[in-house]
Amino acid sequence: MSRFDWLSEYLARMQDEMILVRRGSARELAPAHLLEIDAEDWGRAAQLAASLDYRWAGTWGDHRGEQIVLFACLENEGDYLVLRTVVDTATPVLPSHSPWYPAADRPERHLQDLLGVLFSDHLDDRRWTRHQAWSEASYPLRQDYPLAGQPQDETPPDGDYPFTRVLGSGVYEIPVGPVHAGIIEPGHFRFSAVGEEVLRLEQHLGYVHKGIEKLAQGRDPAGLLRLAARVSGDSTVAHSWAACQALERACGCRVPERAQALRGLLCERERVANHLGDIGAICNDVGFAFAIYQCSRLRELWQRRSAELFGHRFMMDLLVPGGIGVDLDQGAIDTLRHDHARLRRESADLFALLDDQPSLEDRLLNTGRLTAETARRFGCSGYVGKASGQAFDVRSANPYAPYDRTPMETPVLEEGDVMARLQIRAREIDASLEWMDRLLQSLPEGPLQADFRCAAAAEGIGFVEGWRGEIITYVRLDEDGRVARFFPRDPSWHSWPALERIVLGNIVPDFPVCNKSVNGSYSGHDL
Amino acid sequence: MLRILYKVLRTGVVTESPPAIGEAELEKVGIEVKRHIDARFGGSLAIREVDAGSCNGCELEIHALNNPWYDVERFGVHFVASPRHADVLLVTGPVSRHMQAALQRTLAATPEPRYVIAAGSCACDGGEFGVSYASCGAVENVIPVDVKIPGCPPTPLDLLRGILAALGGKDSAADE
Repeated sequence: MSRFDWLSEYLARMQDEMILVRRGSARELAPAHLLEIDAEDWGRAAQLAASLDYRWAGTWGDHRGEQIVLFACLENEGDYLVLRTVVDTATPVLPSHSPWYPAADRPERHLQDLLGVLFSDHLDDRRWTRHQAWSEASYPLRQDYPLAGQPQDETPPDGDYPFTRVLGSGVYEIPVGPVHAGIIEPGHFRFSAVGEEVLRLEQHLGYVHKGIEKLAQGRDPAGLLRLAARVSGDSTVAHSWAACQALERACGCRVPERAQALRGLLCERERVANHLGDIGAICNDVGFAFAIYQCSRLRELWQRRSAELFGHRFMMDLLVPGGIGVDLDQGAIDTLRHDHARLRRESADLFALLDDQPSLEDRLLNTGRLTAETARRFGCSGYVGKASGQAFDVRSANPYAPYDRTPMETPVLEEGDVMARLQIRAREIDASLEWMDRLLQSLPEGPLQADFRCAAAAEGIGFVEGWRGEIITYVRLDEDGRVARFFPRDPSWHSWPALERIVLGNIVPDFPVCNKSVNGSYSGHDL
Repeated sequence: MLRILYKVLRTGVVTESPPAIGEAELEKVGIEVKRHIDARFGGSLAIREVDAGSCNGCELEIHALNNPWYDVERFGVHFVASPRHADVLLVTGPVSRHMQAALQRTLAATPEPRYVIAAGSCACDGGEFGVSYASCGAVENVIPVDVKIPGCPPTPLDLLRGILAALGGKDSAADE
């Protein structure tokens, strides 16, 4: 199978449907293939893609004076297609993708709130990211909107968000958040329940919107990376990496092999740390405290090693455009291999034990089930997708360095319940440990950084499999080599709406464990 | 059950025999914290954590305070689910404008006497995010702050030092 051997069919079908492709390019946004179409065909291009079962992976827009340029990313058989179109800033109206792809619902509402783009046949005209910090008629991502905005001294609480009401005898609402009971990020959940059973869950996110996309504008590459590292602190390596890829592709910079390998090592370390934490926390949410103590003990050891060898417990700010700022000597490599062997031993012990607990089975099996069909329609990736039969993983489906030379085995399960999401994490820990050992066996020699020169008026896109799943990052540089547009698409955009489906029919007390099994990022989503 | 017990026994108490960095210091700071809590809070300090806009990095380190290596409950520090039960608000993040009212209301729900600790660079001075259309910046721009703990994110030991500083202990290196 060669790359893009399905594209000719899509193009032929577009011709049948009278969708005019103005321009195509395999190079401009490589590895994605770019197609420019007219705004009036925007919806039908998505309808066609949906009929061919392509996965919808994200949308973003870019205000450029008189025009707003819109992008949508689709994926099929591991290849990425980027659709691009242009609307007038004066009349920024075009058809929506949401009738064909439920995954497009919130991302398009985010564009509506921040760029003032109007999707004419969008099924839900409510705001999404905007609460009360800016007015309905102003759009922070427009070029003429100042970063400082026109804030009031006190931003009023967002009390009148129009939740969908569920009416009926015995139906009651449970409002939860934004301040939650645990040590977690803020967001609002509105449950409609009868007795203990959840009839409907509606999320209201956007509480940690920090203006990341706006803040990026005008920064130099180093400044952009400081921001990318803080899109979601638990995914600092993965988001930094995706931003680096986008910058490096925009500027035609080839990253040395040793740096690529070390980036992979750091990203897998991040995956192992977070999966360990989640496995413990999922078990803890059903009262199995033993697991959280064991897992948090192992995670702490792992993070201390990161601090010792890389200078930071989360390995923050280590990636630089063109390479990486840390190296490993032979002693460090031996230490890591020793750690891997130890963790493999301990986790084998622990996972066998978790597999054999009737009380865990009772609470996790069949709880919070996400069907393969829903996972596909919402474009879920990472452990959420993989636990529901979606085999896609950027590392294996569209391998970037170092996964091209050192392939990664990625697990997939069909059950789609909390237990499956836990098991995918356990298997990914095993796979990452095995992969890191293979990588360290033949760590390429050579420099750690290439000479990175900022290009003018260039754009690039990055695709990285973070621990939560696929991250897509778009960067455009202006004529002075400063960042004009930065859009990091965290996988949580796709797992949050899936959670609304996952909890249906479950009991309210099982919501925490369902939520933890998905563990969407608020910060990565709210931006 | 036997296998769990076996694993527990074989793992041992990691809290008392830690092999790595900074444990002597942890014990020192921890015991100092406990002394203050015993003297001024009847042996127990209740903390309500509020993420007012953080990237979740600080939350991970605050979580770590409860892992078996740090196990801050042994010093009398515990995290509670409601501000109404709290002696301390531990606030992270630049305060997003969308969280401004929620943070103010959380403070209003916290009984006096109380301390507010701003944890992490963003909470101290706005960090990478600063003040913008979407962010109020530092926590002190929204509610009064008693102690600041810098760091991106602050390590668990930094956090414990900051808690000690809030209690008026000598180890207030973090209170700058």
